Amino acid sequence: MILEDAPLILDAFDVHKSYGEHEVLKGITSEVMKGEVVCLLGPSGSGKSTFLRCVNQLEKPDVGSIQINGELIGYERRGDKLFELSDDRLAAQRCMTGMVFQNFNLFGHLNAIENIMLAPRLVLKQDKDETRHEAERLLDQVGLKGRERAYPSQLSGGQQQRVAIARALAMKPQLMLFDEPTSALDPQLVGEVLSVIRGLAETGMSMMIVTHEISFARSVADKVMFMADGVVIEVGPPSQVLDNPQAERTIEFLSEL
Amino acid sequence: MNSTRAQALLGADRTAATDGPRPRGATSIVQVIPARYPYRWIGGSIALLLCVWGLYTVATSPNITWSVVAAYILNGTILEGMRLTIVLTIVSLTVGVILGTVLATMRLSNNPVLQVISSAYITTFRGTPLLIQIIFWFNIALVVPVIRIGWPQAGFGFETQTNVIMTAMTAAILALGLNEAAYMAEIVRGGIISVPKGQDEAASSLGLTKRQAMWRVVLPQAVRAIVPPTGNQLIIVLKNTSLVSVIAARELLTATQQIYSTNFYTIELLIVAAGWYMVMTAVATILQGYLESRLEYSLRSRTHPFHKRFVRSLLSIGRKNYMEVRG
Repeated sequence: MILEDAPLILDAFDVHKSYGEHEVLKGITSEVMKGEVVCLLGPSGSGKSTFLRCVNQLEKPDVGSIQINGELIGYERRGDKLFELSDDRLAAQRCMTGMVFQNFNLFGHLNAIENIMLAPRLVLKQDKDETRHEAERLLDQVGLKGRERAYPSQLSGGQQQRVAIARALAMKPQLMLFDEPTSALDPQLVGEVLSVIRGLAETGMSMMIVTHEISFARSVADKVMFMADGVVIEVGPPSQVLDNPQAERTIEFLSEL
Repeated sequence: MNSTRAQALLGADRTAATDGPRPRGATSIVQVIPARYPYRWIGGSIALLLCVWGLYTVATSPNITWSVVAAYILNGTILEGMRLTIVLTIVSLTVGVILGTVLATMRLSNNPVLQVISSAYITTFRGTPLLIQIIFWFNIALVVPVIRIGWPQAGFGFETQTNVIMTAMTAAILALGLNEAAYMAEIVRGGIISVPKGQDEAASSLGLTKRQAMWRVVLPQAVRAIVPPTGNQLIIVLKNTSLVSVIAARELLTATQQIYSTNFYTIELLIVAAGWYMVMTAVATILQGYLESRLEYSLRSRTHPFHKRFVRSLLSIGRKNYMEVRG
């Protein structure tokens, strides 16, 4: 449950992003409060994934400010000037967000537990035993106890995605970003991943999820954001945006599903 | 097929045949005659005859004294030349791998100056003949007669004639190593590119710096793509070392030439050298295979070993001799 005066985890304001002549994001403003689950819906090419990638600086926005937990991302403000951060400072900022990719992107040369342990050991300089203990707990949380030594190639898509979620959680992020987490999965494997995400929502994790699973969005989201052609068309609780859409684009999109 | 099973099947067929008109859907066992390939035999025979004729001519030639070949196989000068060939190969390949990795990362960096320098290096060293590069380094004193490091007049650093340092061996190592680096740079770059971009993005999203992502995530996976062609390079460098005989670097071919220039058994000694090169490349090939299998990259491993496939494709055996068919 989100409190009325819950702090803002994500505060994105007027985010623009172009690739050459093509403007993918035309001014996105979005907020995520602590413990809130926001689902991003919209046709492909609408800029949902690009926006998500801007939030953790995998893409650098051309214009617009993004703050996570009150910290400006990508820049340092000194007086009336913004100084771009170096790659190393950006890397440190990315620890505030955890990202789950469509294609899992598990490290192929490492087994499940090593995948989870790599970043906490390398970036947070955590103690080895403590990290292993934590990684085992996370694997248990995503329902993969006992698969510590399995390599990504030995796991199903659903299992790989669950390891990827555990890997992101190991960095104790303030905000979890999911970029179409079930789009690359066989239909019978979608459920196991969605139930892990649902469980995560119940722990009070703040999340932003790009998805095409409307019924999942309806049941898990506190807020649904519908995007098309690089702009936000409609925002609101699922009961409003999904069941009683006002904008033409939203009605059209939902009727095609 | 198991012969008792074939008998059983044939027995079943006979019973079925004596039972008068068969009901619909009944099956019978019939023998399968594999296709024969007479042209494989004819083509193979002609090629084999030509080979035997060629080998026979060489082996029985009155102009080749085989006893000389035997006498020089374990000759001290030859073995010393071989030792130098091996040292030269290992040192140049090591220089090539290290410098090649540096060049590859320069080429892939975001620094445009480094990119251009790396490209220019690769273009120059791949675009000119290795033989010219070897002669060039051996004669570098014509361009830079004196090598000076520091400020010798003031009492620190040193100064020396280039010719003192640039021996045939130094020139050989420089030429082979610098040339090899250009080829290794492309191999390493190809290996890095072969790792999907998502790996780097995932590492970044977890807070790894670019350096950490490269060394801990990308390069370990690039090794899969780098090891097999590096094995090939080992064999190429090994044979390329013979080129430095033009500057008399005392390796295997130089040693061979030195002997036959005094005793005039040219072909015999070339056979000795060629034989040793083959032994060394064979060992290198075995090492390469071992390394690849250790890294579990033997993706193209065949179900059947070569000798079985050889016999099978000649005789068309190993197929089912009997088959159950409808009707």
